[in-house]
Amino acid sequence: MKESWDGPLNKIDEYRWEIPKTYNSGMRVPGLIYASSNLLEKIRQDQAPEQVANVAFLPGIVSRSLAMPDIHWGYGFPVGGVAATTLDDGVISPGGVGFDLNCGIRLLRTNLTLKEMKPKVELLVDELFRAIPSGVGSKGRIRISYNEIRDVLTRGSKWAVERGFGWEEDILFTEEEGCMKDANPDLVSKHAMERGKPQLGTLGSGNHFLEIQVIDKVYDPEVARELGLEEGQITVMIHCGSRGLGHQVCTDYLVTMQKAVTRYGIQLPDRQLACAPLFSPEGKNYYAAMACAANYAWANRQCIMHWTREVFAKVFRSTPEELGLKLIYDVAHNIAKIEEHDLKGKKIKLCVHRKGATRAFPPFHPDIPEKYRKIGQPVLIPGDMGRCSYCLVGTEKAMEETFGSTCHGAGRVMSRVKAKKEARGRDIQQELREKGIIVKAESRGTLVEEMSDAYKDVSEVVEVMHQTGISRKVVRMRPLGVIKG
Amino acid sequence: MKEFEILEHTADIGIAAYGKTKKEVFINAAKGMFEIIAEENKTLKENFYDKIKLEADNLEGLLFAWLNELLYISETKLVILNKFEIKDLSDNRIDAEVKGMKINRLGCKMKREIKAVTYHRLEIKKDEESGLWRAQVIFDI
Repeated sequence: MKESWDGPLNKIDEYRWEIPKTYNSGMRVPGLIYASSNLLEKIRQDQAPEQVANVAFLPGIVSRSLAMPDIHWGYGFPVGGVAATTLDDGVISPGGVGFDLNCGIRLLRTNLTLKEMKPKVELLVDELFRAIPSGVGSKGRIRISYNEIRDVLTRGSKWAVERGFGWEEDILFTEEEGCMKDANPDLVSKHAMERGKPQLGTLGSGNHFLEIQVIDKVYDPEVARELGLEEGQITVMIHCGSRGLGHQVCTDYLVTMQKAVTRYGIQLPDRQLACAPLFSPEGKNYYAAMACAANYAWANRQCIMHWTREVFAKVFRSTPEELGLKLIYDVAHNIAKIEEHDLKGKKIKLCVHRKGATRAFPPFHPDIPEKYRKIGQPVLIPGDMGRCSYCLVGTEKAMEETFGSTCHGAGRVMSRVKAKKEARGRDIQQELREKGIIVKAESRGTLVEEMSDAYKDVSEVVEVMHQTGISRKVVRMRPLGVIKG
Repeated sequence: MKEFEILEHTADIGIAAYGKTKKEVFINAAKGMFEIIAEENKTLKENFYDKIKLEADNLEGLLFAWLNELLYISETKLVILNKFEIKDLSDNRIDAEVKGMKINRLGCKMKREIKAVTYHRLEIKKDEESGLWRAQVIFDI
């Protein structure tokens, strides 16, 4: 099914490539892909650019259908796509958010150094693996009633902190303060609740992970200092989302949206782009249900972080406070949000879809924590388990060009089936161990599918965002220990 | 006739399922999906049984609903399904009985989590030349 794309990509400059509106008569705006020429070659290998053009069909889309350098072929939207629509005549599309609603990343700092960590990595990985449920069909350690899950869906991180999973200050360092206000659990199906109830506080499988890292490069010492980060310091990164609850919310509303497309006479090139006007009951209901799943995901990451702190305290015979286990930030990379942006010199509220893209707000934006006002919003970009990850900050340029959005990770280049073939006869766990990375996974299958070779090099992706000024590099982290589903 | 084959997609996995009848292609699509989830699953003991009744606007919507319902059952009841009997099937209704094996967390036989069935390139149609039904589905992994 692999097929390359040979449509028009007009070079604007070294890192910007435009799909002109004339490519397809249904396009309302042009497409714009951020990439280096090397990455562009990989992007052309599948149909992701066609999907960038398809997104440009959405009613009410403004400016451009955007794609970050980590784009790859998704369903409906490309993974790595950003689209903003107007509230009065624009649409909202569940395909522009994805099945794993509010899949996201959080980064914790520590006071620990590489020297202190080295002898403990193996033990820590084992203990974390035991404390944090992961893998296919994993059930959590939290027992909650039907009424309580409604509370999770309405209040997100706040629910978790009040339940004892974390600190009050964690909320401040979470995008949206860990809670979207328009959430309405009445609009989440029983199926979704039933899938979500036993899975709260689980990592899941696939590309989700928990990683112990060391900062091995500092690009901007001043900003790093403001964030409390320096070379040789240990950090922890958590990547997961809203589990079965979010998957079911997306599935349910895809069905609703198929009907809405007919009802509102919307012309689309792909059914997975199904959408409804933002002002319609279908659109409003989806937004409120999506907000529930987003809140569930923030509560989920909050619980996982809490247990991580407990495990660190146990292994280092200390307390989370003494170990300096503070949350740096938590970002969502599969979400749609109503935000205020400048459009042709006017302030306007837009619905920004980020499907595999991260919010990257600039310094002095009112929606970022007071502590980070001067430096801008931290942006957390994970790489694959064998290479590295980054912490960047948002810029004014992102507000001007990408509705305050940037890339979200490395992006796959190899299908899972192909990865499995390529890895035949190889011991991925041992290969990583030789590179000084201890990996523990629920299944060997996951390890093989998630090996470095299956991904683009995240450094190449991040470099594009840095060179275009969309976001700025602060520090790079190298993995030491990884837990996978 | 093959029952199904696995399709490659950069980030995800799909299946193409075949059948001499509409019922058969629905059953083979379900078998293909559980092969992705659990790989070899023909020899499982049977200790789970459920009945399914679903409605949709059209045949494609029904295939989407059918596979999603099986995923939901598998995830919430922790079962691998491997026997599918369709009592009644029209273009917008399905009535079926499914069987499979309960699994516990430790003896987990699931290899892969399918997050959802997608509408991306979703297709079900009869090939007039060969008379065979073919269904194509891409999963979000």
